[in-house]
Amino acid sequence: MIDKRVADLAYAVADIADRSTIMVGGFGEAGSPVELIHALIDQGAAELTVISNNTGSGDFGLAALIGARRVAKVVCSYPRSAGSTVFSDLYRAGLIELELVPQGTLAERIRAGGAGIAAFYTPTGVATALAEGKEQRVFDGQPYLLERALTADVALIKARAADWHGNLVYNKTARNFSPLMAAAASTTIVEATAVDAPGTLDPETVVTPGIFVDRVVQVADFAYEPVLAAQ
Amino acid sequence: MSDLSASKVGKLKGWTRNQMAALAAADIADGSYVNLGIGIPELIAHHIPPDREIVLHTENGLLGMGPAPDPQAVDPDLINAGKKPVTTLPGASFFHHADSFAMIRGGHLDLCVLGALEVAANGGLANWSTGATDAVPAVGGAMDLVSGVKAVHILTSHCTKEGSPKLVERCTRPLTGKGVVNRVYTDLAIFDIGAAGFDLVCLAPGVDFSDVIERTAAPVNDIRPKDERTWT
Repeated sequence: MIDKRVADLAYAVADIADRSTIMVGGFGEAGSPVELIHALIDQGAAELTVISNNTGSGDFGLAALIGARRVAKVVCSYPRSAGSTVFSDLYRAGLIELELVPQGTLAERIRAGGAGIAAFYTPTGVATALAEGKEQRVFDGQPYLLERALTADVALIKARAADWHGNLVYNKTARNFSPLMAAAASTTIVEATAVDAPGTLDPETVVTPGIFVDRVVQVADFAYEPVLAAQ
Repeated sequence: MSDLSASKVGKLKGWTRNQMAALAAADIADGSYVNLGIGIPELIAHHIPPDREIVLHTENGLLGMGPAPDPQAVDPDLINAGKKPVTTLPGASFFHHADSFAMIRGGHLDLCVLGALEVAANGGLANWSTGATDAVPAVGGAMDLVSGVKAVHILTSHCTKEGSPKLVERCTRPLTGKGVVNRVYTDLAIFDIGAAGFDLVCLAPGVDFSDVIERTAAPVNDIRPKDERTWT
């Protein structure tokens, strides 16, 4: 019998080790697994490498994890956000490492990691500062850069609904990187407000098939910045 | 060609940001799939001619993006690339980031309109980093957009706030892409990237060719038909 449900957030993240590489879904606030991130902060794992498009907003979620000094390195495309200086303060002080990756290259590196592709050539970034140190090759007269796949020990994902098999559907633009990360991590942990028996999701509309998911934890309701900011 | 400093050239009225956006919108063909960058390009969405259907793409996973919702209808899971609340139009679709950038990198989008720090006469674009040593670098999707979208149009003020030309011989800021820009809309004029510099398409009302020459640090060629050269 397959049942990937786990009892609570603390249990879901209990075995995440120091120095793990963690993919964190979300684009800004949309799709950010805030509850799982706070469970990880409480759990205490440190010296983490985080792969995520941004570095968090305000002083909660990813910004709180970074602010708690648990993150040694960030791999992301846009480490700036209105209302948060947590990352930039640490970066300027030389206390956190940054690997800056163009957004589409970041997505494709994660997709490749989940698909068993070691590396690929992309035209993005040719002749820019982000091409430094990368192999360049010409195909059909056009230059491309070699980019390596990204994988992770753990992915933290937020879904709208899940079933016990780990099949997932998302909500609008909260989908973003999550389906790619679910496939690219050794252990994929999902928070969802609706977690129901297999058969409740229409197979035709499942976005992330359960094979990519290891743990599903039901959360009461998603916490968003306006809600948290008011607390 | 000139690189006169701000102290030597006065400020011209030219087009407003909304007029620039309307001009850029007027050049978008019916049925186009378009990505609008953050900033002035976002204004284009308000100026699409009513007889045209344009599908707006936002790289965080939506085709068919509609205008901002009423404040009480904001959904934090429905945002644009600038992380502002948006809506969906009939015919919209959601997708993950790898599909979104397949649309971009795979040449499926017809046009993107972006802002600029500098545009070079050879079509080079600098718009992701000032190059300042204390700045936290952030690139987002800019390099992917210019490498893959069929046409790249730039919407920008002609000069910086300090009065320095943004249209230059070669970019001095970090490049977003080399030889990627097709057309530039500024508050003073519209240019195509030509074989030997910026080709002047038209001037804003009250702006002379000499005004543009003075404020552009690269060759500008007046390619307008002779009978249009007095048109403003």
